[in-house]
Amino acid sequence: MNFQTNHMLRADLAFIASWVGEGSHILDLGCGDGAMLEYLENKGCSGYGVEIDDSNVAACVQRGVSVIQQDLETGLANFPNSAFDTVLCLSALQMMKNVEGILRDIARVGREAIVSFPNFAYWTHRLALLRGRMPVSRSLPYEWFDTPNVRCATIWDFEELANLVGLEVLDRVALDEAGQPVTWWPNLRGSLAVFRFRQKTPAA
Amino acid sequence: MKSIGIVSPQVMHFEAPLPLQSGASIADYCLVYETYGELNADRSNAVLVCHALNASHHVAGRYEDSEKSLGWWDNMVGPGKPLDTDRFFVIGVNNLGSCFGSTGPMHVNPGTGKPYGAAFPVVTVEDWVHAQARLADALGITQFAAIMGGSLGGMQAMAWSMLYPQRLRHCVAIASTAKLSAQNIAFNDVARQAILADPEFHGGNYYAHGVVPRHGLAVARMIGHITYLSDDDMAEKFGRMLRNGDYQFGFGVDFEIESYLRYQGDKFSEYFDANTYLLITKALDYFDPARAFGGDLTLALANTEAHFLLVSFTTDWRFAPERSREIVQALVRNRRAVTYAEIDAPHGHDAFLLEDVRYQNVVRAYYDNIWKEITA
Repeated sequence: MNFQTNHMLRADLAFIASWVGEGSHILDLGCGDGAMLEYLENKGCSGYGVEIDDSNVAACVQRGVSVIQQDLETGLANFPNSAFDTVLCLSALQMMKNVEGILRDIARVGREAIVSFPNFAYWTHRLALLRGRMPVSRSLPYEWFDTPNVRCATIWDFEELANLVGLEVLDRVALDEAGQPVTWWPNLRGSLAVFRFRQKTPAA
Repeated sequence: MKSIGIVSPQVMHFEAPLPLQSGASIADYCLVYETYGELNADRSNAVLVCHALNASHHVAGRYEDSEKSLGWWDNMVGPGKPLDTDRFFVIGVNNLGSCFGSTGPMHVNPGTGKPYGAAFPVVTVEDWVHAQARLADALGITQFAAIMGGSLGGMQAMAWSMLYPQRLRHCVAIASTAKLSAQNIAFNDVARQAILADPEFHGGNYYAHGVVPRHGLAVARMIGHITYLSDDDMAEKFGRMLRNGDYQFGFGVDFEIESYLRYQGDKFSEYFDANTYLLITKALDYFDPARAFGGDLTLALANTEAHFLLVSFTTDWRFAPERSREIVQALVRNRRAVTYAEIDAPHGHDAFLLEDVRYQNVVRAYYDNIWKEITA
C-alpha cells in the first residue's frame, strides 16, 4: 500500500499546504515522491526533501524537486539551526524509532514545523480493537505483520510528548478521511492528526 | 543498449600561454576532444564530461579501427542513455598533462626541443578547468547545460561551478569529494614512490633512455586498483582462491587476487605514462577549494549559481558518501538547489563507472529535467 497514491492524503496535503507561507524555505522530511514539495514550489517556496527510498528519490528527481537521500533515524545534524521557515514531517513520524530525537531536531532546524500522523484513536480503529482486531483503514492501510508503522499515537498522546520535548503547539487539527478538518470530537472523528509547532525557547 | 557508434577525436591548438596555479605557464599546447550529438541553434544543450585519473576524452562510442575501443562511460552517454546524445551535445576533453593526446610530459617542449619529461609543469584541477574553458570559448559555448564527472572528474565539475559560476546551469559530481583525506593522499604518495623508485624512471626523463618505468607504474596501478574496489567485492570475486590449487612456498603468484592485480598493473603500464600518473595524483592531492576560505567549504561554494546533483556509493571507501554529504551540507547552507542520491552498491569507488539501475535512473531523471528546461 502506498501512502502517496492514497486519495485522502492528496486532500490532506492540500490542507496542510495552506498552513505554509508563500515563499517559505522548506524541509520536507520523508517527502515521498516529492508531490508536496512540487506543489509548494509552485507557491514560490524553495527547499529540500529528505527521503530514504531509492524509487522515491528518483521520482523526486523526475519532478525536478531537490531531494537529499538520507535516513531520518540518523538525525538532522547536517542542517543548521533555524535554517528553514517550515519543516514538514507528514505521515512519517509513526515510522520512526527515535520520535523524540527527530522532534527535537525538527524544532531546532525549523522556525516552525508541521507534522501529521494517523490518529490511532479514530473511531474505526477503536471499533476494530473492540472487535479484537488490529485496525486497518485508509490512514492505517497495513496489516499488523507488514506495517512500516512502529509507533501508534493519538492526538492527546502527541500533546503530551510535545510538552515533554519542549514544543509550543501553535495549531492542531484533525482531518477526516476526506481531508477535511473535524471540529467536534476530533480525537474520535479525525483519522489524521496535524500539529503546527515551534521550539518553546529559541535555539541558542 | 545501442552505442553512439564510430567516433573520432579532434584536436584544438592554443597558442596563448595559459597561466597555471603554480605560477608557471604553458604555451603552444593542444587539447584533444570528442563531441557527440548536435549543438542546438541557441547553443544551450552542451554538456561537458570531465575524466578521472586514467581516462580520456574518449567518453563514448568506439574508434573505426578497433572493436575494443569502447569509451569509458559508454553505459552513461549515448543515444537513449541517461545522458542522451539525441538531446545533448556532449564534449569529452583530454586534460593537460595526460597521455592520451593532449599536450603532456611525453611531448616536445617547444622551448627546449626535447620532451617535457619531469619539466612538465604541475597542473591542478583549476588549471584544467581554465583550459577547458578556453576550449568551450573556441567551440562557441558560453554556458553549458551541465558539466559532469565522476571522482576526479567530479572535482572538475565542482571547480567549474566556483570558477565560472555563470558558465554552467547544472553541476553533476559523482563519487567525488571536495578534498582528499590524509589516507587518500597517502595512497597516492605510495603510488608515486613506486614510480620514483623505479631505476628506469631516470628522474622523469626516461623517454631519452628509450625505457619505461614499467614496474613502478604497475605497482602504482595495483595500489590504486585496491582502493577502487570494496572489501566485499574483492572477497566475493577472489576470496582466498589459489592460482595453482596449492601453496607454492615462494614469492610468485599464489592467490588469484595477486594474479589479477599484477595483470591489471602490467596492462596499465603498457599504455599509461608514468609522468602523467605523477601529475594527475598531485592534481588530486592539491584540490581543496575551501583552502582559500580558511577551510570553509560553505564560503567556497557561496558564489556558485548552478544546480547540483551529487551521487555517492555506500561501499566507496576511496571517496566515501561522507565526502559527498559534506558538499551537500555546504550547498544547503548556501541554499543552492542540490539533489543527493546515496546508492547502495557493492562495487566500491568503481561503481560510478558501472551499470546500476538506481544510479542510472537518478541521472536519467536529472537530465530529463535539464532537457525540459531547454525545450520549455
